Amino acid sequence: MSAEAKSEVIKEPSMLKQKEMIANNYDKLTSAHELGIKTASTFVPGNLNELIMCFDMANNLPEINAIQNGMRKKSGGMIMDAERSGHSEDVCTYVKADIGMMSKGNIAPNGKPMPAPDVLLLSYTGCFTFMKWFELLREEYKCPTTMLHVPYEADGKITPNMRDYVVKQLKEEVIPTLEQASGVKFDIDRLREYLRNSAKAEDDLVWVLESAKNKPSPVDCYFGGVYYIGPIFTAFRGTEDAIEYYQLLRKEVEERIAAGKGPITPEGEMKEEKYRLVVEGPPNWTSFRDFWKMFYDEGAVVVSSSYTKVGGVYDYDGFRHDPDNPLESLADYCLGCYTNRNLPTRVDMLARYIEEYEADGLLINSIKSCNSFSAGQLMMMREVEERTGKPAAFIETDLVDPRYFSAANVKNRLESYFQMVDQKRKGGGSAAAA
Amino acid sequence: MAKTVQEITDRCQVLFDDIDFTESRKWKEAEPGRKVIGYMPVYVPREIIHAAGMLPLGILGGGADMEVIHGDAYYQSYICRIPRSTIELAVTKRLDFVDGMLFPSICDVIRNLSGIWQMMFKDKYVRYFDVPQNFKDGIGGTFYANEMREFREGLERLSGRKITDEAINNSIAVFNENRRMVNEVYDFRSETPWKAPSWEVYLLMRAGMVLPVEEHTQMMQDYLDAAKAEDRPLRDNCRIVLNGSFCEQPPLNMVKSIEMAGCYVVDDDFMLVNRWLLEDVPTSGDPIANLATAFIHHSEDTAAKYEPDGEKKGRWLVQKVKDRRAEGVIFAAPSFCDPALLDRPMLAGRLKEAGVPYISFKYAENSGQMQPIREQAGTFADSIKLWSEAS
Repeated sequence: MSAEAKSEVIKEPSMLKQKEMIANNYDKLTSAHELGIKTASTFVPGNLNELIMCFDMANNLPEINAIQNGMRKKSGGMIMDAERSGHSEDVCTYVKADIGMMSKGNIAPNGKPMPAPDVLLLSYTGCFTFMKWFELLREEYKCPTTMLHVPYEADGKITPNMRDYVVKQLKEEVIPTLEQASGVKFDIDRLREYLRNSAKAEDDLVWVLESAKNKPSPVDCYFGGVYYIGPIFTAFRGTEDAIEYYQLLRKEVEERIAAGKGPITPEGEMKEEKYRLVVEGPPNWTSFRDFWKMFYDEGAVVVSSSYTKVGGVYDYDGFRHDPDNPLESLADYCLGCYTNRNLPTRVDMLARYIEEYEADGLLINSIKSCNSFSAGQLMMMREVEERTGKPAAFIETDLVDPRYFSAANVKNRLESYFQMVDQKRKGGGSAAAA
Repeated sequence: MAKTVQEITDRCQVLFDDIDFTESRKWKEAEPGRKVIGYMPVYVPREIIHAAGMLPLGILGGGADMEVIHGDAYYQSYICRIPRSTIELAVTKRLDFVDGMLFPSICDVIRNLSGIWQMMFKDKYVRYFDVPQNFKDGIGGTFYANEMREFREGLERLSGRKITDEAINNSIAVFNENRRMVNEVYDFRSETPWKAPSWEVYLLMRAGMVLPVEEHTQMMQDYLDAAKAEDRPLRDNCRIVLNGSFCEQPPLNMVKSIEMAGCYVVDDDFMLVNRWLLEDVPTSGDPIANLATAFIHHSEDTAAKYEPDGEKKGRWLVQKVKDRRAEGVIFAAPSFCDPALLDRPMLAGRLKEAGVPYISFKYAENSGQMQPIREQAGTFADSIKLWSEAS
């Protein structure tokens, strides 16, 4: 992309709003100790942001820090540092990027050091590695750690036993630990208010994601989707800021639909929609822009993705945070996160997305160091193909380890896949709107 | 007539090599209506399966010699081997006699394998067997007891008959006895490792995966009697604890190679299901509550379990080294094994603090080349013998 093209990108109000929210949050985090704010580290899936806010604590998410470092091309060195200190080359690169970040001074994107967390809130949802990750962090920080073990939805449903278990942990473990760490008494009415805010933002998020059913789609729900889920998956769910962000975003998308416009890319608006895809798996972060370009250069738009459900599933079965049942609602949220759902449910979601969004097929981006997503994806691919009759393809990259992103291989695979879609159309498949 | 070590080991070897599970098939065919429930590592309460009149069958992958053809089509190269070889066992109909499969909560790969099984074998009983990571009676204990009750109901539906408390209590007694004998074998090996080579003990424990528990208990008693009576030469080996091999199993040759390299294995974490509960479970009262209490308060430590107290993290391994008078630890984990490999730096840290030497390597169940492992283990043994303070 030329420098000229870069300068042409116009930031929409929602983008500016999100940028400001993120910057403010990093400033809040990095000056937390000066301001007397306590911080909690936690994860994106099973993120209990509303609860954390009840204790006036700031929310720090190690996965997001790893992603930030990946996108800034800093994660490679951090991962190698962690490997040199004894961490296996086989395990999650988010973990190693996080541990490597500590060894480099734990510097936030604003250039200031992150504070040591006052509490580690280990929400063990949909990923075994989380549990070990926080045990490793506890070794470094020696701070209080509270575990929220979320059972796996193995049979595709939440049982009363699962919900009760999570609620009991919230009541008897998590809330008392946060009270102690923060010195703030828990107020359930405050939680209800935040959850009410969450539900409002969730309505607008779902509206935005579902706007991809339009042809052309006004949004990209994978690369663009990463930005759309940003506030709700991180430190802003439950805030007025998040409500405002999603209102702004919705308005912008409404305007794009009215104007028949496609999604916005780093190089401006995508002109022609040739392929409509559903994508399973997280993106690669170290070459995020290059990866995205491989899609929009070919006129491929992602109309739905599973990654945008990893921090909460709000569309598939209509979950919303419920102020009338606050703790039960937090439990159901945690239980319902995408990777905490069994493989048949994940297959059903993907197949339904293909059908409802009239997609040309499924693309799986399989992540080398993420077994939670990756184990079983080949079987899922075959099942989705069989159920929808639409072609599927499989590419392999990694989250934040640049050693596992081979641009030429990925591009080759994608080009072959688009040819396959073309062939399928010639054989009678439906065409996307041009 | 008393059996010899050779006879017992030969029988265990036959059971180990038989990936068609002939012995378990025979058990099932012996009486109409019998059912077999497969389970994967690391732990399931086999007492409930036994009380249902069913055979618990440990499925630990396809081993070193099975050619995996179909299984590789299900898994990327960066995922461990046990799920692919387990699928291979299934699609080649070696598990066609198995009526149900349990996938314990150990890692994301085994968890997701439960979903693959649900999709591939729709007519079979499939259960992801969740266990608590909260170890308080009223929280994790209650959750776990309810999970076991659901499991019990599932088996009742499968067999069409009730599983009574009395039956479970009787089965608890049978497994208490089995565990006592397992522990006796481990203690015997630790005391006199030259009389109970690790590959023999390994095979003996593997036999417990496929045999009815009563037969396995007797087999271990026979082995102990025979091994105690046998005169074997004491070697100048060092004593090591092996850690990290609790799920995908190493090739038997690796166990042999470590010993041949000069290391007596005086404890390990192979087939933890045999020793998971550290104390006898009461045989009267509510058996489900008793099994839950045993799990919560008296169960093995391993990477698949959360340690709520940071101060205690990994101390059990240091304690094990002391208890077994071991001189070092060998971390031997399967490639791509998240629990073992993520846990290792923390365990290694504890060993370092305690001044216990250790080495690490990875394997796959079908690793063929043992020379590097022999060299590494041999150098480790030499370093302990020549340079440690105790020597």
